[in-house]
Amino acid sequence: MAAASSLHVAAPVATPRVGSSAGNRSASAARGVRVAAAGSGAARAGGRLVARAAVAAKENSPASAASKSDGHEVLLFEALREALIEEMKVDPTVCVFGEDVGHYGGSYKVTKGLAEMFGDLRVLDTPIAENSFTGMGVGAAMKGLRPVIEGMNMGFLLLAYNQISNNCGMLHYTSGGQFKIPVVIRGPGGVGRQLGAEHSQRLESYFQSIPGLQMVACSTPYNAKGLMKAAIRSENPVVLFEHVLLYNLKEKIPDEEYVLCLEEAEMVRPGEHVTILTYSRMRYHVMQAAKTLVNKGYDPEVIDIRSLKPFDLHTIGNSIKKTHRVLIVEECMRTGGIGASLRSAIIDNFWDYLDAPIMCLSSQDVPTPYAATLEDATVVQPAQIVAAVEQICR
Amino acid sequence: MAAAALLRRIPAARAPPTALMAARTISDSTAPLTIETSVPFTSHIVDPPSRDVTTTPAELLTFFRDMSLMRRMEIAADSLYKAKLIRGFCHLYDGQEAVAVGMEAAITRSDSIITAYRDHCIYLARGGDLVSAFAELMGRQAGCSRGKGGSMHFYKKDANFYGGHGIVGAQVPLGCGLAFAQKYRKEETATFALYGDGAANQGQLFEALNISALWKLPSILVCENNHYGMGTAEWRAAKSPAYYKRGDYVPGLKVDGMDVLAVKQACKFAKEHAVANGPIVLEMDTYRYHGHSMSDPGSTYRTRDEISGVRQERDPIERVRKLILAHDLATPAELKDTEKEIRKEVDDAIAKAKESPMPDTSELFTNVFVKGFGVESFGADRKELRATLP
Repeated sequence: MAAASSLHVAAPVATPRVGSSAGNRSASAARGVRVAAAGSGAARAGGRLVARAAVAAKENSPASAASKSDGHEVLLFEALREALIEEMKVDPTVCVFGEDVGHYGGSYKVTKGLAEMFGDLRVLDTPIAENSFTGMGVGAAMKGLRPVIEGMNMGFLLLAYNQISNNCGMLHYTSGGQFKIPVVIRGPGGVGRQLGAEHSQRLESYFQSIPGLQMVACSTPYNAKGLMKAAIRSENPVVLFEHVLLYNLKEKIPDEEYVLCLEEAEMVRPGEHVTILTYSRMRYHVMQAAKTLVNKGYDPEVIDIRSLKPFDLHTIGNSIKKTHRVLIVEECMRTGGIGASLRSAIIDNFWDYLDAPIMCLSSQDVPTPYAATLEDATVVQPAQIVAAVEQICR
Repeated sequence: MAAAALLRRIPAARAPPTALMAARTISDSTAPLTIETSVPFTSHIVDPPSRDVTTTPAELLTFFRDMSLMRRMEIAADSLYKAKLIRGFCHLYDGQEAVAVGMEAAITRSDSIITAYRDHCIYLARGGDLVSAFAELMGRQAGCSRGKGGSMHFYKKDANFYGGHGIVGAQVPLGCGLAFAQKYRKEETATFALYGDGAANQGQLFEALNISALWKLPSILVCENNHYGMGTAEWRAAKSPAYYKRGDYVPGLKVDGMDVLAVKQACKFAKEHAVANGPIVLEMDTYRYHGHSMSDPGSTYRTRDEISGVRQERDPIERVRKLILAHDLATPAELKDTEKEIRKEVDDAIAKAKESPMPDTSELFTNVFVKGFGVESFGADRKELRATLP
């Protein structure tokens, strides 16, 4: 059973899925969940979907839900590392490719110590050759290994775009199902602290159209570890988006092993007035804005969508059916970003439930400037989020 | 003339005199036969293998049969394309058969081969059957990729044939990844990553070669140099067309790619080298009779005389035919019969492939992901949960 961390609550949204009379589908889901719970004992992340007394705590109150053990505090990069270590211990086919991941320990310390633990054949320092080492990871996956390919910065993976799109995404299809490519492509992206335009890119929008890829974005140590493990275990290629500014977030995570669902969104703060959909770093700007909004009398529901492809329209839809108003807050560019696709998906599926036009706050369509003031103006700030909610809820 | 030259250094390992041969069947003898390659090997920072290749009558006849089958398949594909049963891109391999057949003779099915889009014959060499090849070309369900790949995406996982790739050069890093997996698993096998003279100018090849050399991977980079990158002759695209030397610190070997025995010898040598020492580059000097693809007549950038000249002097199938006849392993009539059988085999396969239906529309969405959505996660015990999202 998963300990609720200080940043989120046991998802009340999960309740309808398991306990409702919606027929076979939820029943079989419930059955499925119960089977797994029976099979693996206490340490089931599926516990997230088992209906428990839904603790609909509205504040970011620390560790309110029941927890078997105390858990341990980690920084986000340590959570990612724990996930990697656990998976590499269990499965000898998991290996890590990347620049400076081995002897140097990783530019953000995600792979620190791994080379000493697992050796040079499993934690591989590559030359600066993204195109070829991504291709090599895909080739190794065709032959049964499970590489975790790190882009030192997500932006560098643009050099490997052909390999990611044509080979990684498509080989399962063009071979008629013969080959699977269970790679994880991960790395930090997003706007940092004055890193300059080329090191502040958001590639979610670039990769989202590639058929055959799954995309997830982590935002807390808890979900970082769970998503990394799920991504490694997934038979599909998964792109895991991390954020440069979130690596030092601290949180208490369970001692027991847990795996999260790649396709599930996370309820951060239940509410009634407006659904705010966000992911990665913008989650924190949203929560900051939420404090202001609560003081002003609003009750926002905040969902960290986590799964960028596919969207968890179940969670999102349930929320929209409740609040009827949607605000999307993302760090992606306005043009062709995740928000743009999400907006379309919501309009297609939940039009009848909307009482107001969907608003989408995204980064500006500019290369990220160096100057601090300009950089701040590129991304969405809490004040803008507050103003947007006020506008929607008018 | 040519036959006499080929006979030059052969020891007396032959069967009884001609007079008694009249009523015998095609030789399937496995008595060793040593034949010299057409030209010696040229090498780069390595000692080349010997020009004397050991083979057997049975093997030579297999070579003849396999290459003729490939040739026939490609010609048939040409007709099917003109009849609009094959659409899109179709890159034909006729003229280059010796590379596919010679390579296969030197290695096992545990070794891996990956190539670009001129992949029909390599698929056959790796054990693919004609029906699934033609069905794939015509986009039918019985195709090797279920009709969803097409001419450029033939794969055969159980034979370690990794395709079948449309983007020039991108298969070479994949091939080095295969070699990495072989080394990771301590398999003592090698990967042959084939590419063309056009792809030889791709940066990712040098990246992959660097990594292979650093990590001592058993990768063999095989440049099938047919001298034209689509319409651009090699001297117009490459400052240094000595592709076997392009490895710089990696050894290389230049091979007459129209001589199946030379190819076999070189691949055997390369595999031993790669498994022990790391990467090696092979350059196969070969030629394609067709244009780059079916939409290219193939004659705007080269003369018809050049094409017919190569066909007369260097054709791989004719070379083997002359060898067989010179060694009296079969009569001309028997070889002609073999060709007739092959023709029929190919026609039958086409007919059978035509019977296969087009894929069902639901196939549009299969194999995009390994499991459809609804898979939730794996537990610590790796049992999967299934919850369908509405």
